[in-house]
Amino acid sequence: MTATGMNEPKRMHPHKFTLWVAMGSICMMFAGLTSAYVVRRNQANWLEFALPKIFWYSTFVIILSSITIHLSVKAFKARLMPRYRSLITITACLGLLFAALQALGYKELVDQGVHVLWQGSNPSASFLFVIAGVHVLHVLGGVIAILVIFIRAYSSKTKNYSSVPVELVAIYWHFVDILWIYLFIFFTWIG
Amino acid sequence: MSNEAVLHAHSGVASSHDAGGHHEHHHHETFITKYVFSQDHKMIAKQFLITGMVWAVLGGLMSVLFRLQLGYPDSTFPWLEDILGKWAKGGRITPEAYYALVTTHGTVLVFFVLTAGLSGTFANFLIPLQVGARDMASPFLNMLSYWFFFSASVVMLSSLFVETGPFSGGWTAYPPLSALHDASPGSKTGMDLWIISMALFVVSSLLGGLNYIVTILNMRTKGMSMTRLPLTIWALFFTAVLGVLSFPVLLSGFILLIFDRNFGTSFYLSDIFVNGVGALPNEGGSAILFQHLFWFLGHPEVYIILLPAMGMVSEILSVNSRKPIFGYMAMVGSLFAIAILAFLVWAHHMFVTGLNPFLGSIFVLLTLLIAVPSAIKVFNWLTTLWRGNVRFTPGMMFAIGFVSLFISGGLTGIWLGNSALDVHLHDTMFVVAHFHIVMGVASMFGMFAGIYHWYPKMFGRYLNNTLAYIHFWITMAGAYLIFWPMHYEGLAGMPRRYYSYEQWESFKNFGDLNRFISTVAMIVFAAQILFLLNFFYSIWKGRKVTNQNPWGSNTLEWTAPIRPGHGNWPGEIPEVHRWAYDYGKDGKEFIPQTTPVGADESHH
Repeated sequence: MTATGMNEPKRMHPHKFTLWVAMGSICMMFAGLTSAYVVRRNQANWLEFALPKIFWYSTFVIILSSITIHLSVKAFKARLMPRYRSLITITACLGLLFAALQALGYKELVDQGVHVLWQGSNPSASFLFVIAGVHVLHVLGGVIAILVIFIRAYSSKTKNYSSVPVELVAIYWHFVDILWIYLFIFFTWIG
Repeated sequence: MSNEAVLHAHSGVASSHDAGGHHEHHHHETFITKYVFSQDHKMIAKQFLITGMVWAVLGGLMSVLFRLQLGYPDSTFPWLEDILGKWAKGGRITPEAYYALVTTHGTVLVFFVLTAGLSGTFANFLIPLQVGARDMASPFLNMLSYWFFFSASVVMLSSLFVETGPFSGGWTAYPPLSALHDASPGSKTGMDLWIISMALFVVSSLLGGLNYIVTILNMRTKGMSMTRLPLTIWALFFTAVLGVLSFPVLLSGFILLIFDRNFGTSFYLSDIFVNGVGALPNEGGSAILFQHLFWFLGHPEVYIILLPAMGMVSEILSVNSRKPIFGYMAMVGSLFAIAILAFLVWAHHMFVTGLNPFLGSIFVLLTLLIAVPSAIKVFNWLTTLWRGNVRFTPGMMFAIGFVSLFISGGLTGIWLGNSALDVHLHDTMFVVAHFHIVMGVASMFGMFAGIYHWYPKMFGRYLNNTLAYIHFWITMAGAYLIFWPMHYEGLAGMPRRYYSYEQWESFKNFGDLNRFISTVAMIVFAAQILFLLNFFYSIWKGRKVTNQNPWGSNTLEWTAPIRPGHGNWPGEIPEVHRWAYDYGKDGKEFIPQTTPVGADESHH
């Protein structure tokens, strides 16, 4: 009987594995939300409206941030610490910019007369608000994670050579990026 | 061990001390780090267990209180007013209190007792010990998992004491009752607290589930291939997968509900007129949408509750029959099949919601398919017992009781899974009888079996056997006496969730039967007090365990010291050479997993 537990120098780091399972779990939440959207859309009284242009900019920003965090992992592994620090700083700032752009997007919707909350709100706009809102919370979670490794990078007391925490943050960051691209495509073309 | 080396690099929690091979005396532990904010999976398991037991007592007591109303609808009990105050004016439970009790009983038993108390306890306790790991993949997340559960418990408990009472719209929390503050007294603050508590609970389950999955897949000791895992671990694995994939969907349903409640959206609300408030502005929502999201969790939740019990029962039956489990791979395969089907049958809870009958027929087919893996499991349990050298330990009694209840309750599932029959049976006492036997009581039996079997490992002492047998027989007989008659009531059309049947000619004749059920429920509840006494007395005063392997069991937890420290094994983690079920092989009574395969051994 072959044992999967044996001869395993290249087994995945447990924390990385945990992250992958967690991302699967997050996927299920968005699958739940977007399928609720599809179910509801096929019923009566569904308001059609165009997605504000600003969501294109936020999409661009989050893709850019994925590139910067990818470069920062490479810099960390090459022990180019100043470069690494500035790249994760840029990534975190891009994450905040993304959140701000999303908020502007909602504002534009409300200005157009599409209410997302309270009286006169239609589920179609409320769905956009809630789903994208839950996504932004996940991005902000990523920003906090970056802050943690950021503080570690600047603390002079501990020298950390393990690239695992940085890789964890990067994997998660790419994940929320891809998640947004999915949602964007969903809202623009499918939804 | 490579995993330890990897984790060692920066956590230093689980394995900062395995190099020298002395585990018992390393970093100093204070009361707080040892008993309160513990990161030791064994302590966390006990925390889950005892919190779960507190909830079981509260939830059980609630059922006794509302059974009092159902059994003695025209009597008054002045002492009720003493303990419940305005909720039992004149010694009779008010309708609001009745619904609040039913709702809280359901929520608490399903989530806090049979999810957190059952899989929280045994996944934490058994996974690292049975796969051969020092601790969970992330002991810190594991600790958080318990404390989220604890916070959820505190919030839920506090909802019992608010002025307008706890939530009273049923454990399923269907809108509009759950979405409108003005729908009922319980829909005000009570519902706010309910949903906060449940959100905390979902987080707790997810953190726990992540850890269980990763620990099982990633932290097994040398030689412990997946096919050498004890069935407990397989069952806990599928349980965790179900939880991790279905709880987020429930959470998304809750998020939309929160927006409907607090931010004026209309996901679930449309065209509603509330008496005393008037017409609501909400338009375009669909209450059925919530049911879809809820039951997409709700049905897997049934198996989240049941699978750990199945796994433990398989293990306990095999150990105490002194025989290998019959059809190990079939057992794993049927667990897998149940886990897959769990996600494909949720609409059978919704046959009478106006579901498309064609769609309904597909869900009937998928639902009835569950009978196949279930039957495989029952067959294998019975064939494991068949001609075994059975030792009737209390754990074994409860395991056999589980099989009995699972058969009885499972058969009525075949009735209910038919959409045509469900039109008649839906929302009757028949449903109550069905799910209490197959999911509620059966899983409680699995939990009791697990407690009686692993108690010596948990506390280093034995439970009192005499009390255990009394506990078993009263509970076993009581379970059938309570729920069997409910089938008849349900077939006669008696609806569930009703406060009183007094005014109803067609169900008046069940008055005596209801009184009988209520009386048995009280007796069974009293028997559980016996168990509690036994449990807590034995922690400190029980007979001490002197044998490292009291049941003559093959699995790894019995190779650890009688009272294992944090890290489980002093020195090296044992290596595994065989599966967990070599009982009665080659004339040996049992061969632990750590024994290397001898040259003279027959095939294994």
